[in-house]
Amino acid sequence: MHQYPEQYLKDGLVTDNTWQLISADTETLPSGDILVPVSYWQAHRQQMAEHSGNVGVWVDGHEEIETFANAIATVPVIAINFTKFVDGRGFSMARLLRERFGYIGEIRAIGHFIRDQLFMLKRCGFNAFQFQSEIDLAAASKSLNDFSDAYQVAVDQPEPLFKRHR
Amino acid sequence: MYIYDQYDQKFVDERVEQYRDQTKRYLDGQISDEEFLPLRLQNGLYVQRLAPMLRIAVPYGLMSSRQVRKIAEISRTFDKGYVHFTTRQNIQLNWPVLEEVPDILAELASVEMHAIQTSGNCIRNTTTDQFAGVASDEIEDPRPWCEIIRQWSTLHPEFAFLPRKFKIAVCGSEEDRAAFLLHDIGLQLVKNASGETGFHVYVGGGLGRTPVIASSIREFLPKEDLLTYLDAILRVYNRYGNRDNKYKARIKILVRAWTPEVFAQRVEAEWEHLKGGPATLTGSEIERVSGFFTAPDYQAVDSAEVEAELQSQAAENKAFSRWLDRNVRAQKQPGYAAVTLSLKPAGVAPGDVTDRQLDIIADLAERFSFGEIRTTHNQNIVLADVLKTELFELWQQAKSAGLATPNIGTINDMICCPGGDYCSLANAKSIPVAEAIQRKFDDLDYVYDLGDLELNISGCMNACGHHHIGHIGILGVDKKGEEWYQIQLGGSANKDAALGKVLGRSLSRDAVVDGIEKLLDVYVENRLDQESFLTTYQRIGIDKFKERVYAPVS
Repeated sequence: MHQYPEQYLKDGLVTDNTWQLISADTETLPSGDILVPVSYWQAHRQQMAEHSGNVGVWVDGHEEIETFANAIATVPVIAINFTKFVDGRGFSMARLLRERFGYIGEIRAIGHFIRDQLFMLKRCGFNAFQFQSEIDLAAASKSLNDFSDAYQVAVDQPEPLFKRHR
Repeated sequence: MYIYDQYDQKFVDERVEQYRDQTKRYLDGQISDEEFLPLRLQNGLYVQRLAPMLRIAVPYGLMSSRQVRKIAEISRTFDKGYVHFTTRQNIQLNWPVLEEVPDILAELASVEMHAIQTSGNCIRNTTTDQFAGVASDEIEDPRPWCEIIRQWSTLHPEFAFLPRKFKIAVCGSEEDRAAFLLHDIGLQLVKNASGETGFHVYVGGGLGRTPVIASSIREFLPKEDLLTYLDAILRVYNRYGNRDNKYKARIKILVRAWTPEVFAQRVEAEWEHLKGGPATLTGSEIERVSGFFTAPDYQAVDSAEVEAELQSQAAENKAFSRWLDRNVRAQKQPGYAAVTLSLKPAGVAPGDVTDRQLDIIADLAERFSFGEIRTTHNQNIVLADVLKTELFELWQQAKSAGLATPNIGTINDMICCPGGDYCSLANAKSIPVAEAIQRKFDDLDYVYDLGDLELNISGCMNACGHHHIGHIGILGVDKKGEEWYQIQLGGSANKDAALGKVLGRSLSRDAVVDGIEKLLDVYVENRLDQESFLTTYQRIGIDKFKERVYAPVS
């Protein structure tokens, strides 16, 4: 998982990516901004603190977020990895991070998710999207706004439609 | 019924445009088959054996005449002029063209309809009693709650990619007509000691390969807390349901693995965080939605006079009398009745109707039932709020349209999946079996004498024809490329929900009808007084039936 796409979507804009994804079995860390597995981050706190660039973490969508959410509360980026785009666990994880643990940094979708999920991912608290395959990011960003409003409470809109307009 | 405001309308319009763009990108090769699959499924589009199939949502089975006419028009313009009513109170088109589906969805949106989440691993159409609002045993009208759940579940951002499909039913009456204990979540409206309305919450019911009756996890949920509690259940399921094996992915498997007690604890723990939060329902929202389900403008009628007239019409006309017996049901408002239009005449696939019949149903509803139509999970149509003085006229008109077969609740009113004629999952055909049974038991006197009898047919173990809960269930199985049929007895979808027991080895297609006849003979010989087939079975057990069906031919 040493992908390093040049660009990703952040807050709706095509943005240069400076972050390298580090896989679990990595031996030497590159310099610069890195996203390391949460287990690695927890096991190497000192090394992380001394790293030359910024350090964020990545987690699989099915991991038990409750067990480490508080520990990673101050990292600038938490990337949630989708092993399959139909695996919806990452959606719940992002909401928990934002709504239960009050995380305010960047939550980035990585791995296998698709453009057509962007609206819902955004509603669940993702504000950054790093696609695993080549895609026209500007075109894809339109899917962030497939709908102009929504019935439910979520991260982007903490009040339900029925309290706002009815 | 519920009427869309600008927001409801905007969501369905935006959904059409989203799917139009997705279809275009798919056809341009920008979306793979694998990635397009859940997108089209969540817009109702399956690809079946012969052609795509489009499933249209009929929220909790309620439609207006205007909507039914639109369905008729769509079936003429985009399909072959007939549609199929399903066991989830929805409507299926059997021959749409993938490229035209966005246009079909746009037509639906023009009459406040959609196909959102009618398939795929997401929250499906919420179902309820077809007699909601008119049933005399009703505790509270379930439809406002179904609509509140519809809005909450529609495009829910967190639960669009669940481990598996998810079905919710609401029961508002003493008798269960929604099979709510066979749903992923079954909600029963109840009153507490202070007379406040709430829900008894059940989870983990379902049919399919592993049929299970739902377990109670909370005896009283205050109504304001409905959505936060549903969010808690769905979140636990979304996070911990099995995603490795689709046959073990329904919530029932998780509930069973954890035990209902532990599952309930996990839900309660999650709910602690959500309870009282912003999604808590307000009195004004409950009132707003309930305001759409008010009683129509009933006339005051002289009940004695009306009954006398009906009696005399029935006395003069045996066919009308039979129809009154089987297809007409009293409702709580005096002078009015609920009529079931049968979609099960012999020779027609159960639940199929033509575009012409749809137009007639729309006309009948406008003339007799305040323009409202209800679909049923038994695949029929109900017109409620019919003045009893107009029943005779309604009967005549329905009869000439082929919609008055007096067979509701009888052996010929079977639930039947599309089966091997249409469905790529099926092991065996089901429609020809249904037809053979209807042809065999065409003597109305005999059929009436048999009384209430639910016969359900599924073409494979996915159980779309609900064979597990038929008093008699028939399941199509594949034996070395040949179609065989397993018979089950004793299933029931009512409050005393029970799953059928397998009678014995499966029968060949030719032997099924004969086998059913033997079962009925055993019932007729053994019944006491007015006992139904199910009651007789429960009393005498399966052995007598078994012996007769498998007796060596002498």
